[in-house]
Amino acid sequence: MSFLRRYAQNVGALIGLAILVVVVLVALAAPVLYPVSPWQGVGEPLLGPFEDPAYPLGTDLLGRDIAAGIAYGARVSLLIGIISTAVAVVIGVALGALAGFYGGRVDDMLMRFTEFFQTIPAFAMAVVLVAIFSPNITSITLAIAVVSWPPVARLVRGEFLSLRSREFVQAAVVVGQTGPRIMATQILPNAISPIIVTASLMVATAILTESSLSFLGLGDRNMMSWGFMIGAARTMLREAWWLSVFPGVAILVTVLAINLIGEGLNDAMNPHLRGRKG
Amino acid sequence: MKTLEFLIQRLAKAAFVVLGVVILNFLLIQLAPGDPAAVLAGEAGAGDEQFIAQLRAQFGLDQPLYVQLLSYLQNVLSGDLGYSYRNQVPVADLIMERLPATLLLTGSAFLFSLVLGIVLGVLAAYKRGSLGDSLIMTGALIFYATPLFWVALMAVLVFSIHLDWLPPFDMESIGAGYTGWARVMDIAHHLVLPTVTLGLFFTAVYTRLTRASMLEVMNLDFVKTARAKGVPKGRIIRRHVLRNAILPVFTFASVQAGQLVGGAVLTETVFAWPGIGRLMFDALMQRDYPVLLGVFLVTAAVVVLVNLVADLLYRFVDPRIETAG
Repeated sequence: MSFLRRYAQNVGALIGLAILVVVVLVALAAPVLYPVSPWQGVGEPLLGPFEDPAYPLGTDLLGRDIAAGIAYGARVSLLIGIISTAVAVVIGVALGALAGFYGGRVDDMLMRFTEFFQTIPAFAMAVVLVAIFSPNITSITLAIAVVSWPPVARLVRGEFLSLRSREFVQAAVVVGQTGPRIMATQILPNAISPIIVTASLMVATAILTESSLSFLGLGDRNMMSWGFMIGAARTMLREAWWLSVFPGVAILVTVLAINLIGEGLNDAMNPHLRGRKG
Repeated sequence: MKTLEFLIQRLAKAAFVVLGVVILNFLLIQLAPGDPAAVLAGEAGAGDEQFIAQLRAQFGLDQPLYVQLLSYLQNVLSGDLGYSYRNQVPVADLIMERLPATLLLTGSAFLFSLVLGIVLGVLAAYKRGSLGDSLIMTGALIFYATPLFWVALMAVLVFSIHLDWLPPFDMESIGAGYTGWARVMDIAHHLVLPTVTLGLFFTAVYTRLTRASMLEVMNLDFVKTARAKGVPKGRIIRRHVLRNAILPVFTFASVQAGQLVGGAVLTETVFAWPGIGRLMFDALMQRDYPVLLGVFLVTAAVVVLVNLVADLLYRFVDPRIETAG
C-alpha cells in the first residue's frame, strides 16, 4: 500500500509506466493492427512520413510499412528483454546465493568465475556467441543472459552474506531446516527488493543489446526488430531518414521508460535513500 | 615489498582472465554446430571435402580433446591467433594492423566522456535542484537510454549530411596525401564524430555517478566542518569534496573499459573506422570465425591491461588501498 503510494509520488516513474503500458499494448495488438506480415511490401516504395495517411511513418525500399515494423519490433524487444533478464536473474541468484551462504572456498571459486565474466567485454562476447551458434531468438536470448548475470550474482552474494548471520536465519538453522530451504524460504524473500530493482534496469540494457546485435545483422531472420530496421536503413540515410529515425525513437522511448520505472521502484523500495537524490 | 606482492597478484589475475578467454574460444569452436575444421575455415555447411580433411589433420582435430586444447593454448600464447582463410593472412597480422585505430578512438572517447562527465556531474551537484541540474540530469537520462549506433547515425544525418561540417566516413581523406601536421589535423577532423557518439553514452554514466558521489561526500562531517570554518563554497567543492568523490568514478570507469571496446564495434561499423571493431563486423559478414575469436581475445586482453594499469594508478592516487582489494 505505502509502496504503491511512494511509487505514485514519483512523476518520472509514472510517465515511464504509462509509456511502457502503451508499448506493451502495441506489441500485443500488432497482429490485429497490421494483419499483413511486416516483411511484406504493402504500399509504394519509399513513401515519406505523412505522405500517405495509410502509412503515417512511411515505407521502405520494398514498400514495407514502417509503423507495422515498429509494432512487431516491440514484440521482439520486450520478449528478448524480459526472458533474457529472467534467465540472467536465475543464474545470478543461484550462484550468488551459494557463494554468499556457504562462503569459504565455494565463495572464492564462484566469485572468481563471476569476476571473469564481468571483466571480459560483454558486447563482444555476445556478438561471438550469437555468431557461432547462428542467430535465432534462442541464441540471442541466451547470449544476452550469459553476459548480464554477473552483477546479479554479486548483489545477491552481498545480501546473503549479511543476512546469513541474522537471528532469524540462525533460528532456522537451530530448528533444523536444510541449507537450500533456508536460502529459498528465509533469506531470498528478504533480499528480493534490490533484485527486482536490478532486474528492471537489466531489461532496459538487454533491449539495447538486442537492438545492437540485430543492427549488426545478428537478429532472428524471421522476426522484425528495431535494430534490424535501422541496420537495413543505414545505407539509405541520405535518401530516406525516416527509415532509421522512427525505429531509433522507439528504442529510446522504451528503454527510457524502463529506466524510469527502475528508478521509481528503487526509490519506492528503499525510502531511506530518498534524501540522496534530493 | 608490498607493492611487488600487489603487482604479482594483479598480474596473476590478468593472466587468469586471458587464459580463460583462450579456453572459452577453444570451447566455442568445439561447441559450434558443425565440424570444427569447417568453422575454422569459415565454411558454412558443405565445403570442399578435401580441404576440410587437410585442415582437420593440420589442426590435429583427430587428436584427443585435451591434446587439441594444449596445442591451441601453445599456439595462441606464442602469438599465433590462427589463419584467416577468407583474407589469406594470419589473424594476428590483421588485428595488429587495425589495433592502433581502435585504441585512438576508444582512448579519446574515454577521455572525452570522463572529463565531460565529471564536469557535468560536479556542476549538477553544485547547483543541486536548479534548472541546470535538471537539464543535465535529463540529458544524462536520455543518452543513457539511446542506442550508440543510432546516436552515430543521427550525428551523421545532422552534422555530415545536412550541415556538412564533419566527414561521415573513414579515418582520413583518402588520396589527399597529407603528411605531418596536416595529416594529424585531418585525422582529428575525422575523429570528432566517432569520439563524441561513442563517448556520449559513457558521459551520461559518469555524470550520474559523479553527481551521486559528490552528493554523498557533501553530507560527510568534514565538509560540514569546512563550511563551519567559513571556507568558500567553490573551494570546498574543489579541494574537499571533489578529491574524495572522484575515486569511485575512476574505479568504475576502469571497470567499464570493456564496454567501451564493445561500443567501438558499433561506432566503427557506422563510421567505417578502420579498427578492430570494423574488422569484427567484416568477419561477421564473411563468417570468418578465426578473426572473430581473435578480435574477442585481443579486446579482452586490452581490457585486462587497462584494468591492471588502473589498479596500479589507483594505488598510487590513494595510498590507503591495501593489497586485499
